[in-house]
Amino acid sequence: MKASLNSWGNYPHAPQNGHPCQWQADVGPQWQRLIEAHGTTLPFGNGRSYGDSCLAGSDHVLQLRPLDRFIEADWENGEICAEAGVTLGEILQLAIPRGWFLQVTPGTRHVTLGGAVANDVHGKNHHRCGTFAGSLVCFGLHRSVQAPMVCSPTVNPQWFAATIGGLGLTGVITWVRIRLRKIQSSLIDSTRMRFDCLDDFFALSADMDARHEYSVAWIDCLAKGNARGRGCFTAGDHCATGPLEVAAPHSLPVPMRSPVSLINPFTLKLFNRHYWQRQPPTRHYRTVAYSPFFYPLDRIENWNRLYGRRGFQQFQCVLPASVAAAALAELLRSIARSGSGSFLAVLKRCGDIASPGWLSFPMPGTSLALDFPQNSELTKRLLPRLDAIVREAGGRLYPAKDAHMSGSDFRQAYPAWEQLEAMRDPALISRFWQRVIR
Amino acid sequence: MKKILIVGATSAIACACARLWAVERSELFLVARDAQKLQQTCADLQARGARAVTAYVMDAIDIAAHSLMYEQCLATLQTVDICLVAYGSLPDQRACEHSVEQAMEQFTNNGSSMIALLTLLANRMAVQQRGTLAVISSVAGDRGRPSNYLYGAAKAAVSTFCEGLRARLFKSGVHVITIKPGFVDTPMTRGLALPALLVTQPDAVARRIVAGIDRQIAVLYVPGFWRVIMWMIMAIPQPLFKRLNL
Repeated sequence: MKASLNSWGNYPHAPQNGHPCQWQADVGPQWQRLIEAHGTTLPFGNGRSYGDSCLAGSDHVLQLRPLDRFIEADWENGEICAEAGVTLGEILQLAIPRGWFLQVTPGTRHVTLGGAVANDVHGKNHHRCGTFAGSLVCFGLHRSVQAPMVCSPTVNPQWFAATIGGLGLTGVITWVRIRLRKIQSSLIDSTRMRFDCLDDFFALSADMDARHEYSVAWIDCLAKGNARGRGCFTAGDHCATGPLEVAAPHSLPVPMRSPVSLINPFTLKLFNRHYWQRQPPTRHYRTVAYSPFFYPLDRIENWNRLYGRRGFQQFQCVLPASVAAAALAELLRSIARSGSGSFLAVLKRCGDIASPGWLSFPMPGTSLALDFPQNSELTKRLLPRLDAIVREAGGRLYPAKDAHMSGSDFRQAYPAWEQLEAMRDPALISRFWQRVIR
Repeated sequence: MKKILIVGATSAIACACARLWAVERSELFLVARDAQKLQQTCADLQARGARAVTAYVMDAIDIAAHSLMYEQCLATLQTVDICLVAYGSLPDQRACEHSVEQAMEQFTNNGSSMIALLTLLANRMAVQQRGTLAVISSVAGDRGRPSNYLYGAAKAAVSTFCEGLRARLFKSGVHVITIKPGFVDTPMTRGLALPALLVTQPDAVARRIVAGIDRQIAVLYVPGFWRVIMWMIMAIPQPLFKRLNL
């Protein structure tokens, strides 16, 4: 049985042939077979990268999700060592009942450890803890022409830095060791309130980020005129007391891709207006379970199918702090004018903890993430306009989410790309990399 | 907490069952022929919460090795609540048609070696007068289909053997469960052109097996809809069946 694999956004639509590695010892032989048959390949985890960074140039990927074994769990000191295909959700299932949590988690628990390293993911506590790399102890890297090596800040440090955020190009990450953080409860004390404009967002962010570990904002990107920049701010901390409960894994499935996108200007306008109005106008304190707080979208399995066969593109940029306010306003104006908006519109202030990864995405400033249903208008008009604003502001786009940025923008924004290219395994290349280094 | 012996412990279905038992803080004695895979499986189950995990390397077709293995298992676990017999291989049907050697080798792998092991396990468990013998057979054993009848014949032998054993051991308080998985997404079935709708993930299969063992089911189809599918396939009359290429 062989199922074809796709990127999360299903754009570009390029079904990948998966070649599974069931055991760590399978990685070498399976990879050699692929080199002989197709020249190059790319490691593939759980398919949560949005654009083409998880698609192999040869369309034949090394599937590492079957490497889902734990290697060692040290519950005294809160350290976990596991094979690269283990997902963050699988770690939480073991860690939470024992009073531990991930130091850094992205907005979905369905990413693999290998993917979390290769994209150097970040979360709602970036302003406090930086990226996933901060919780990394070491990992195993397998190159096509070398013996497998261990990489850490002190052992093979150059491979460590190249592989973090290295988009799976330096080699195959076979196992990862991370540090966890202690929790007293699986509940989150959260605070929510809506805001009316971008200035209010920055004021709230400055105030709340200093006092809370986690913070994020949703923004109504369709609002025009006076309402522009309105949204809802959420902050939270782990509760000091309470139960240690793992969330039930059940979620609502989307059984199939609809022929057309169910997310369109009409449904979006309806959703955005009601969602904003439902948010509390003043600070509203509530204790919630960790899963709706960190992973609201995981409640709907395969929510990407709502965007229909043509799929969607995520636009995620980070803008330097000094120009963030002006550039954000400009971005929102362009988006509102285009009328094509996004359910998920996430605003987050990034802190100044630097990641060791050469191609790590965050920088001190503000990050904005938006999902757009794919159509020709998007690629022809809106995205180039948004790219220009980001370029002018000196910001950059997130390769893990990207399916469109130009090569020159990429090389400008990530000057370390040449170092990474020099250390890339010649037997690994993605469609993304082929697109941006030319 | 249960005390469990698994033979064929690195198979995908066995691993998935063992993970569920590990979470219940069970004590596991794992038997497989590949030492490295077995060691990795042990480490995984240990981290997932198993009270204790012991690895034992043995090739199940080496019938002479069975009894020493069980002695070691009993010395470690003291008593056995569940024996899961889960090893096997999927033969290349075409190759078996042309080579008597391959056909006999595959029949030994999936059939006669299992009967040998079950004979030993049955006698030992009858002594302790309790416990469950869980055996992974297959829906393939329900009917001899041209595409896969050597494997089917071996599994039919195992299923029939288990049925008799169940009736015999019932009197001594030991339960025998025959597990008949349909298409499961495992390394064994990779490369086969299976209809995607009928393919199940090992962890879903494992949940049903572990629950079926607790409920002392006699014959367990996994997933349950395979009982219906196999009922329909069994109902096809010979004159039609021999003309089909199932």
